[in-house]
Amino acid sequence: MSSALLAVQVLNGLQLGVLLFLIASGLTLVFGVMNFLNLAHGALFMVGAYLAVFFYQTSGEFFVALPLALICAVGLAMLLEATVLRHFYTADHLAQLLATFGLILILNDSAKAIWGSIPRSLPIPELLDASIPLFGDLSYPVYRLMVIAVGLIVAAALYYIVQHTRFGMLVRAGAADGEMLAALGVDVRKLFMTVLIGGSALAALAGILAGPLIAIQPGMGDTVLILAFVVIVIGGAGSIRGAFIAALLVGLVDTLGRSFATDFFRLFLSPATANEVGPAVASILIYALMALVLALRPAGLFPAAGRT
Amino acid sequence: MRFKRYIAAAAVLPFALAVTAAAEEPLKIGFMTTLSGPAASVGKHMQDGFNLFLKLHGNKLGGRDVRVITVDDELKPDLAVTKAQALIERDKVDFVTGIIFSNVLAAVFKPVTDSATFLISANAGPSIFAGKNCNAYFFNVSWQNDTVPEAMGKYLQEKGPKRIAVLTPNYQAGKDMVAGFKRFYKGEIVDEIYTQLNQLDFSAEIARVAALKPEGVFAFMTGGMGVSLVKQYSQAGLGIAVPFYSVFVVDETTLPATKDTAVGLLSTIQYAPSLDNEANKVFAPAFEEEYGYVPSYYASQAYDAAQLIDSALNKTGGKTDDKEGLRFALQRADFKSVRGDFKFNVNHYPIQDYYLVKAVQRADGAFVTEVVEKVLDDHADSYASQCAMR
Repeated sequence: MSSALLAVQVLNGLQLGVLLFLIASGLTLVFGVMNFLNLAHGALFMVGAYLAVFFYQTSGEFFVALPLALICAVGLAMLLEATVLRHFYTADHLAQLLATFGLILILNDSAKAIWGSIPRSLPIPELLDASIPLFGDLSYPVYRLMVIAVGLIVAAALYYIVQHTRFGMLVRAGAADGEMLAALGVDVRKLFMTVLIGGSALAALAGILAGPLIAIQPGMGDTVLILAFVVIVIGGAGSIRGAFIAALLVGLVDTLGRSFATDFFRLFLSPATANEVGPAVASILIYALMALVLALRPAGLFPAAGRT
Repeated sequence: MRFKRYIAAAAVLPFALAVTAAAEEPLKIGFMTTLSGPAASVGKHMQDGFNLFLKLHGNKLGGRDVRVITVDDELKPDLAVTKAQALIERDKVDFVTGIIFSNVLAAVFKPVTDSATFLISANAGPSIFAGKNCNAYFFNVSWQNDTVPEAMGKYLQEKGPKRIAVLTPNYQAGKDMVAGFKRFYKGEIVDEIYTQLNQLDFSAEIARVAALKPEGVFAFMTGGMGVSLVKQYSQAGLGIAVPFYSVFVVDETTLPATKDTAVGLLSTIQYAPSLDNEANKVFAPAFEEEYGYVPSYYASQAYDAAQLIDSALNKTGGKTDDKEGLRFALQRADFKSVRGDFKFNVNHYPIQDYYLVKAVQRADGAFVTEVVEKVLDDHADSYASQCAMR
């Protein structure tokens, strides 16, 4: 295990973490501020990817497809909010669960009906389709560096909005005490609507960015949804800072675990046993981490103020 | 006097009608495959392959009209058992066929074969039913799971690299692929990397392969996982230094997604759409014309399942009540397979040829696999000797 490999794996972990942050940040605000269990969040990740495929086919340019897909995804989020989601703001979690789960099924089957079940692809934009030698002789894809950069910019922008704007202040207040906020005369419904649509836009952006990397197929949002929930449980619902740190933590733990778990076990187990134990342990590492955090700090590592 | 004749005619008429009705009763086929979830594309290939044969033969198998009852197993073995039981008990199907996944097959095997219904797997080929547990009512028209990686193992042992890294998901089929590969490849396996099912991002595993610097990587990664892996492997720029060899990764179900990133990649399988034989010259163009996409080996296997049933029923005159006779007819496999040579081993798994295929872009822009060379000739699986049937 060389330091070059370790460095590359850390970079991989950061990239996964940044993608997870984009998805989890929207979800944590929705869950934290609005106490709204939005399972359809992962489906918006899928919608973003499919819209990017559609606009790429019509325009032939990834950087044209990206903004178009984002706008359309926001439009769809607004439609979903107006028709379905807004009626469940005050409902109990079970009703929200059922409604948004229904949305997942509808969105997944719509994607299958429109684009078929065969996986789709989005090519990497030519500008970024290269690998640069970073550490020794190990190279790293430029596109992934761009994803990290975009994620960090979004994180910085979100931090600024939440910490230094009036809107952000209302979001933090809503996360701390929603009822008090309504009692103070703030139009909570409009706040909720903005948070929900903003969060959905972030999920769609993550889907568009992930499009060139992974297979685009119906149901691809379900896997990332679980990871997003793991992130917000570890980070603390309602906290952007928590989501950022937890996302990077989950990304790093998962990536480094997958890379080095088998090596670790080979230090004191036979290679055959290590081959059995290593991958199994690697696959549950992030959930073990989540369980540990829940046991020691049930409100998450960085809970929103007023929630400990 | 005439009145009595009318009574006699009226009495006979129901029996006459019953006899004709029985002769015209359609053959019922239960087609069980995965039509939802990530594997739905494979299920569609198989469904279209089977239905193409019916379309080309006036919806008849062995001269009898056919009614196909298609069920979706949703890749859930417990659900598949319920649906299989419905097919046998409620619909009283004569054959159950399709079946993509080994775990689904393992679940429905006993209910179907115990009811003396013939089970013809058009894809799943686990080793459990190839040896001790071989069954008179079970036939496999695809391959025994191990044989496909065995072909790649043989190719790499003879022509290729001395140091290989292996990459596969951490479940039974993945481990079977590794076992089959190691049966023929005797070079050094620098690492066996096991990934999670439904993993989307392989950057960690690809970086590890790059660090190990093997002379090649052997991968098994189905469906969307395979698409992601191929794309990411190409993006990492490793393809020249560490060639990518695989089974069940690069085929006509994933090439529409991977496109250029898969061109040039080698794998082993028993079928390619460009195979030059009599039956394939009919099948492949007709499939493309009817459904608008290039058939994969999955589609060809389902088509061969229909051909097998058709050939067997032609021998029994369309009758399915004599199970011994029908089994004997099925064993004969007297049909021209779209893959070329085909016959059954004693365990009812195929003895067939395996080819090295390469992904290419056709002149008309479609991405397909093409045969490079034959790797194994009349190859049988390694479990047949344990089967008691003769």
